[in-house]
Amino acid sequence: MIAVIIVIVVVVILVALVIGAYNGLIRRRNQVDNAWSQIDVQLKRRIDLIPNLVETVKGYAAHERETLEAVISARNAAMAAPDTPKEQAAADGILTGALRQLFALSEAYPDLKANQNFLALQEELTATEGRVAYARQFYNDSVLDYNNKLDQFPTVVLAKMFNFERRDYFEAEDEARTVPTVDF
Amino acid sequence: MFELIRSNKRRSVALVVMFVVIVAMVGAAIGAVVGNGIAFTLAALVISGIIAFTSYWKADKIALRVSRARPAPVDEYQRLHNLVEGLCIAGGLPKPGVYIIDDPAPNAFATGRNPNHAAIAVTTGLLEKMNRVELEGVVAHELSHIRNYDILVSTLAVTMVGAVALMADMTIRVMWWNGGRVARRGDPQNGSNPLALLGIAMLVVAPVVAKAMQATISRRRETLADISACQLTRYPPGLISALEKLQEDTTVTHAASTATAHLWIEQPMSGVGDDGKLGGIHKMFNTHPPLDERIALLREL
Repeated sequence: MIAVIIVIVVVVILVALVIGAYNGLIRRRNQVDNAWSQIDVQLKRRIDLIPNLVETVKGYAAHERETLEAVISARNAAMAAPDTPKEQAAADGILTGALRQLFALSEAYPDLKANQNFLALQEELTATEGRVAYARQFYNDSVLDYNNKLDQFPTVVLAKMFNFERRDYFEAEDEARTVPTVDF
Repeated sequence: MFELIRSNKRRSVALVVMFVVIVAMVGAAIGAVVGNGIAFTLAALVISGIIAFTSYWKADKIALRVSRARPAPVDEYQRLHNLVEGLCIAGGLPKPGVYIIDDPAPNAFATGRNPNHAAIAVTTGLLEKMNRVELEGVVAHELSHIRNYDILVSTLAVTMVGAVALMADMTIRVMWWNGGRVARRGDPQNGSNPLALLGIAMLVVAPVVAKAMQATISRRRETLADISACQLTRYPPGLISALEKLQEDTTVTHAASTATAHLWIEQPMSGVGDDGKLGGIHKMFNTHPPLDERIALLREL
């Protein structure tokens, strides 16, 4: 009799542990997905700001065509980039570079720099870029948390059983790592 | 981090229990003196229950109110809103309410009961004196308090410490009611006032109790929030130079009071009374670790 009770208790505890571990994995995986879509939201926001910025700059420095076109084509490339960490990082690195060029160029146009609209856009873009970086940081933190759980015992057994897949980290491309040089 | 959250929730419960017990004891003491012990104890229990309950639901509003904080308009304080939003994304938190306090002293605090019901308030002085990275460090520090549930304990403490202080005040007033002991007609012949004795006891005990309650929000929490802030911004120099600026600045934060002192990022009345004979004792009751220590610790990261 006592043996039966002990067996039942042990089984119940085991089942509870398995359910807990499984739910923990699911929660972490959902967090990774959510973190990933957060990056998308912020990138979209940035992409939406660019046409406005290009228009404003055009009003003051229309002959800087090359830079403006670089920004627009980088924007289009970023919009068309497939939805994987690697591809997005590449497209976004180019866009960041093009935008930096644009802001560096604005130094030569005092009227443009005094434009209220331009200043607001600049603040908004700086903030959005910060948000993109933070969203990636959160994504990587979530991936680390999730991948850790996948490798750790005893969740590793469950993960193997239910085919939980590892996720990729977001890594900055070389373009994004090097700061563009500005000549004066 | 989950360990921290659990410990904070435990502390919150302990704080509430401690508060209810203290109020019930005071009620019982008054009851014993007046001669109707059970009724007074029950009344005290009900009152403390009501205070504890409203503390949980409304203490954040009260803390903001007594600090004279007003909601920050998005168009006027765009930079602040942007910073808060960005850091919330980094921490995976919902965006808290953002409030402004008109005070030239640079300071900030966070309040609320959980990340979904939270607010951070910064003074106008902070916005003026800090640059973007420094402000980011300060905001990250406050968001860490929210994420770790420090805000729950510390906000509960605001109303409860406030209530204990109020009770002490009230008994003191009762005590002085017949200040100079001018005899009046109808005075009891023995001329002693039992409530006055209780008042003296309260006068001695209340500040100690209030300090003890604030001590449950240990000073270690500030250092922990500093470190998790750097985990959010990944840029310790920002917070370091913000703390250095706070150290140089000796303006007293007038918007703060004894009850809210432990909420702020920097001790609101830092430096006042640190010198002189009782300086050592005064420092013992500080709600925050010294800024030099916090800065030194961050330098090691």
